[in-house]
Amino acid sequence: MAGKTLYDKLWDQHLVRQNEDGSSLIYIDRQILHEVTSPQAFEGLRLAGRQPWRIDANLATPDHNVPTTARSGGVDEIVDPVSRIQVKTLDQNCDDFDIVEFKMNDTRQGIVHVVGPEQGMTLPGTTVVCGDSHTSTHGAFGALAHGIGTSEVEHVLATQCLIAKKMKNMLVRVDGELGAGVTAKDVVLHIIGVIGTAGGTGYAIEFGGSAMRSITMEGRMTICNMAIEAGARVGLVAVDEATIDYFKGRPFSPSEAQWDAAVAAWRELVSDDDAQFDKVVEIKAEDIIPQVTWGTSPEMVVDVKSTVPDPDKEADPVKADGIRRALSYMGLSANQKITDIALDRVFIGSCTNSRIEDMRAAAAVVKGRKVADNVKQALVVPGSGLVKAQAEEEGLDKIFIEAGLEWREPGCSMCLAMNPDKLGNGEHCASTSNRNFEGRQGFGGRTHLVSPAMAAAAAVTGHFVDVRELVAE
Amino acid sequence: MKKFTSHTGITAPLDRANVDTDMIIPKQFLKSIKRSGFGPNLFDELRYMDEGQPDQDCSGRPLNPDFVLNQARYQGASIMLARENFGCGSSREHAPWALDDFGIRCVIAPSFADIFYNNCFKNGLLPIVLDEAQVDQLFKEVEAEQGYQLTVDLERQVVVTPSGTEFAFDVDAFRKHCLLNGLDDIGLTLQQADDIKAYETRRRQEAPWLFDAIK
Repeated sequence: MAGKTLYDKLWDQHLVRQNEDGSSLIYIDRQILHEVTSPQAFEGLRLAGRQPWRIDANLATPDHNVPTTARSGGVDEIVDPVSRIQVKTLDQNCDDFDIVEFKMNDTRQGIVHVVGPEQGMTLPGTTVVCGDSHTSTHGAFGALAHGIGTSEVEHVLATQCLIAKKMKNMLVRVDGELGAGVTAKDVVLHIIGVIGTAGGTGYAIEFGGSAMRSITMEGRMTICNMAIEAGARVGLVAVDEATIDYFKGRPFSPSEAQWDAAVAAWRELVSDDDAQFDKVVEIKAEDIIPQVTWGTSPEMVVDVKSTVPDPDKEADPVKADGIRRALSYMGLSANQKITDIALDRVFIGSCTNSRIEDMRAAAAVVKGRKVADNVKQALVVPGSGLVKAQAEEEGLDKIFIEAGLEWREPGCSMCLAMNPDKLGNGEHCASTSNRNFEGRQGFGGRTHLVSPAMAAAAAVTGHFVDVRELVAE
Repeated sequence: MKKFTSHTGITAPLDRANVDTDMIIPKQFLKSIKRSGFGPNLFDELRYMDEGQPDQDCSGRPLNPDFVLNQARYQGASIMLARENFGCGSSREHAPWALDDFGIRCVIAPSFADIFYNNCFKNGLLPIVLDEAQVDQLFKEVEAEQGYQLTVDLERQVVVTPSGTEFAFDVDAFRKHCLLNGLDDIGLTLQQADDIKAYETRRRQEAPWLFDAIK
C-alpha cells in the first residue's frame, strides 16, 4: 500500500465519521472569527436556541472593517456607521457567548491570519477554519486549514465539525535555490501563473521541494495564503525544525509538560516518501524573478522585466477576450513594458504580507529614499498590534515615515477596502495583497500584486522597477 | 433551508470566465449583519454605472445597458449560465445570498470555485457543472432565442432544453438529499453528537494540548 500524503494524514486524524452517502464528518480544532462573516452565524445559533459546542476552540478579532488611522476613541468613533455596527456586533456576540476576543484596541488585535499563528492558536496538526478564504495561510504549519462560508461558521460553532468531502492531492515542488531579492510572494505568484487561477480547484496543494525548506515560516505563510488564488482551498507545507521552533513560547502553544509529546506528534506531519499525489507540478527556483500582475486575475502575472501580453497572440478566444477586457479595465496597452507602468498609490500590508519580515524587507528598500512625487499615498499597515510594536522597536516606523510612507494601525485595510483605505477610480496601485479583481481595492481601482520589496521599490521610483537593480545601485 | 426539486425559468447568459465573488457582491455590501436584502446589489459594479453604497435606494441608479441582467429579454431570469471558475475568490456567503435574493435558483457553468460551490448548497441554490461543449451549446441557444427557458430537474439530475434535449449532471448524494428535502445540516450533524463526543474523548488522550488552551 502506498504511503500517505500530509493531507491524507491530517484528514484521517480528524475523521469523526464516514457516512454511507460518501460525505464525511470532520472535527475542527480551531475556528477564528471576524466581524464580516460571523454575525449571521451567531444570529442563526440564537434563532435555533443553540449554544457553541466548545468555547475554547474559538478566537475572535475584528480586522476587515477597522480604521487604520488613530483609533484611541474606540469603536464608538468608527466613522462609517455600518462598519461600526458590524464591529460592535462581534464584540457583543463574543461577550454573550464567552468567546475570547482581541478587541480593536487590544495590542494583540490584527488580521485573523496573522494573529492565529502569532498566538500559537494555529498549531501543526490542527484543523483550522475561518469565514475567510485566506485561511489557507495556516497550512504553512502543517495544519489543515481552509476558508468556509457563514453557514459553515455556524455549523462549526454548533457542532465543532464540518460535513466535508476529501480533496485530491497536488504537490507543487519548487527545487533549487531562489536568487537574491526573489521572495516567497514571487514564488507563489509564479506558481499561480503556471497552474492558473483554477488549477488547484478540488485539490489540497502541498508546497514542497528544496527551495521550500529554505523559506522562512513567514514566507511559507505567504505562499499558502495564496493557494486559494490558484483555486485550492488548502495549501500545506510539511513540518520541519523551523515549524517547531516557531511555536516555542507562544501564548496558546502546548505547555512545557505537553511540549515533547506535541513535538513528537508534529514530526509525523510530512508526506511519506512513497505517497501518491494525483498531480505533481515541478518548478525550478532559478526560473523565478520578481513578479508583477498586470490584469484582473492573479494568474495574469509576468516577470518585472517582461511586457503586458498581446491578446492577438492568444489562440484561445475566451482567454483572448479575457485579456482584452483586463487591458481595458487596467488602462494598459498590449506589449507595454511593466516598468513603464506609473503608480498612484502603494499598499504594503494584508494577510499575505504584513508580518515583521515583510515590514523589514520594505523598510530595507525605502531606507534613505523618498516616495516619488507621482505617488499620492504609500501605506504601510502591519498585520497585528504585536507586529506593529516589534517594527517600532526596530525603528522601522521611523524609516517609513522618513521616506514619506504612512505608518498605520493593524487591519485588512486597502486589501479589500472595506474601511476608508481605498483606491480612486482609475488609480494604479502596487499592492502586497492577494487579489487584483476589478474594484477589489476601490471602485475602478487598478491593482498590481507584488512582493513587499517590489512595492517599496515602486513607491520610491513611482513606477515598477526590478528591486534587485535598485538595491544593487 | 429552501427546497430545490425541479425548476423552469428564463436563462441569462453571463459570458465571462473567472467571475469572482467581489464581482457578484462588492465588499461595501458585506457590512450588513443580515442574510437578506443583497439582491439589488448583485453584480453591482457590472450592473450600474455609478458606485453603489450600502442602504442606498437602487431604483434611481443609472443602469449599464450592456449588462445581461439589465436587458429586457432576460428580465425575471432565474437560471444563470456562466463560464469556467465561477465564484472564485473570497468565501463570502453573501455571493449566494445575493443571487438567491435576486431570484436566481441555479447557475450552470463548466466549473465552479470550491467554496462558492459549497456555499450554494447551504442556501437552496443549485450549481450545475456541465462540460464545456454543452455550456457552449446552451450559450448559443439562449442567445439565439428570446424567452429561452431551461428546466432543471434535480431528482433526475438533468438539464432540459426547450427542444427536449437532456444534459445529465452529477451531484453528491448527500447534497442532493438535503436540497430535495430542504434539510438543515446542523440538525443532521447533531444527530451524530455521540460520535463527536467519542472522537473528542479519544483526541483529548492523544493530543491534550488541543484542549482548554484558549481562554
